[in-house]
Amino acid sequence: MSKSIIHLENIKRNFQVGDETVHALRGVSFSISEGEFVSIMGTSGSGKSTLLNLLGCLDTPTGGEYFLDDIAVSSMNKNQRSTLRNRKIGFVFQSYNLLAKTTALENVELPLQYNPDYGSKERRIKATEALDAVGLSDRLYHKSNQMSGGQMQRVAIARALVNDPVLVLADEATGNLDTRTAYEIMVLFQELHKKGRTIIFVTHNPELAAFTSRNIVLRDGKIIKDEINEHIESAKKMLDALPKQDD
Amino acid sequence: MNIGNLIKISLRALSNNKMRAFLTMLGIIIGVASVITMLAIGQGSKKSIQAQISEMGSNMIMIQPGAGMMGGVRQSSSDMQSLKLEDYYSILNKTKYIAACSPSVNSSGQFICGGNNYPSSISGVNPEYLGIRKLTVDQGNIFTRQQVASSAKVCLVGKTIIKNLFPNGDNPLGKVIRFNKIPFTIIGTLKEKGYNSMGMDQDNIVLAPYTTIQKRVLAITYIQGIFASALSEDVTTKATSEIETLLRENHKLKTTDQNDFNVRSQQELSNMLTSTTDMMTILLACIAGISLLVGGIGIMNIMYVSVTERTREIGLRMSIGAKGSDILSQFLIEAILISFTGGIIGILIGMGASFLIKFGIKWPISIQPYSVFLSFLVCTITGVFFGWYPAKKASELDPIEAIRYE
Repeated sequence: MSKSIIHLENIKRNFQVGDETVHALRGVSFSISEGEFVSIMGTSGSGKSTLLNLLGCLDTPTGGEYFLDDIAVSSMNKNQRSTLRNRKIGFVFQSYNLLAKTTALENVELPLQYNPDYGSKERRIKATEALDAVGLSDRLYHKSNQMSGGQMQRVAIARALVNDPVLVLADEATGNLDTRTAYEIMVLFQELHKKGRTIIFVTHNPELAAFTSRNIVLRDGKIIKDEINEHIESAKKMLDALPKQDD
Repeated sequence: MNIGNLIKISLRALSNNKMRAFLTMLGIIIGVASVITMLAIGQGSKKSIQAQISEMGSNMIMIQPGAGMMGGVRQSSSDMQSLKLEDYYSILNKTKYIAACSPSVNSSGQFICGGNNYPSSISGVNPEYLGIRKLTVDQGNIFTRQQVASSAKVCLVGKTIIKNLFPNGDNPLGKVIRFNKIPFTIIGTLKEKGYNSMGMDQDNIVLAPYTTIQKRVLAITYIQGIFASALSEDVTTKATSEIETLLRENHKLKTTDQNDFNVRSQQELSNMLTSTTDMMTILLACIAGISLLVGGIGIMNIMYVSVTERTREIGLRMSIGAKGSDILSQFLIEAILISFTGGIIGILIGMGASFLIKFGIKWPISIQPYSVFLSFLVCTITGVFFGWYPAKKASELDPIEAIRYE
């Protein structure tokens, strides 16, 4: 068994809404090893977003322990978690969240700006490499408002990869894209997976689970299904099978 | 994140909203420019008043008899006879800080020369008087000590007198003018000095030996005043108190008695006048300062809008590793950049406006380095002060909520 990237032990997260306590997560435990491509599914209200926030070190659990790359996150303060996110995690959001009127290159450089180990030259080199990896080497100086949704999501993925994270967290990363572009993005994720990246893909779309190596399903704050996907569907094939659009 | 990066980010954010940044800046520009201009006007007036006073003789000391009682009747100070020539001699001989000293007796009346006449007054003084009052002889000469000793009927006249008594432009030197039926020969004329800051014509002047006025015109033995000049402006206060002690001694005043004379230095007058202009300067600067404050509130307002508008950006930056302090400094620097740039432009415009005032309406202005420095400092502090709160708000946002903010 390869190295464990994520280890959750009986994670609980409660929210206080007025006088009521909402139990968003009621004791969730699992481990994710290096190189896994995990989809986390669930309907809205299943605790999926809460789990994503916890995994992304944006939030801390009410109970239980969370180890990211063998580091205990639960007891960390805000600033420590900021640094941890900066070094260990790459986020991909549904709505891309690129900086407006800013070039692809600068958008990708952004995480490295908060890392004092990188000078401006190294930042540029790393960002160019990351954009290269997502197939946008000819779009380096395009501004975010001059790109299509698919291109913007590729920039966002490049931004998530630029700091060599141990974990890429994608939150409904294909949610805003049409079917063809969504498949293209899934192809990209699968390629990254093949190269050994650990990816967690949070979605409410069961179709997408077929492309990942492991499926976790949440309902009412508990895991109801956690299984290895023996027959990983190739997104590339699906893409090729799509009827050509000649317009 | 280093400061160079932060400045770059802030510049980008500002250039994305050029019009808004400019309008925000305008508040600061107007504030700083008005502070600079108002201070320049205030300081300019102060300087010009000080210059006029020093033209009158900055280290001049005037000694006049004090108002008092004479046989149970209150007298005006000019009627008092408490100052004697002995006082003049003792000031002349027994003081350390006095450079020159002249007695003064005055009489007003009509000057007549041929068919022309003009009402004025004649001052009886000694030759030192010219130096004390910073007067200069234009043509001819000042009277000599011998002429003082012999009570010679000679005089020096100012431009106003010449204009009125010799309207045809005759050379007044050597001419005889009559004052109270006494003929005075003009032996010199005085250079023009113009009006002083209190609107008095300094050229409406006739000088004669004090002995002549005492004996031939007024027939008195006392003197009406003494003009002295201190060695330098710095020792004026010492000289004043020296004279006071000396005169009290001469007049045999007991320690409980009040002075029967007044010693006034030009410095007091100068202080009085400059305190007025100082007050005016402060008032103007306050009004200008208020506009700077309003400019600062403008910054705060726009920074709030900016933070709200960029909530998602803040959320993103936080999720990819920005600390609260990074966000705080980003927005703070943006606010400071606005006020800083506005400050520089404001200073330039303020200086420009000051020079326009100087050459346009001939108002004296003086731009002090400290006022430039001060307004610059104030506007930077304004930026920090009014930028702080919105920046703090931004840094305290929850990244989870901020990133999903619509």
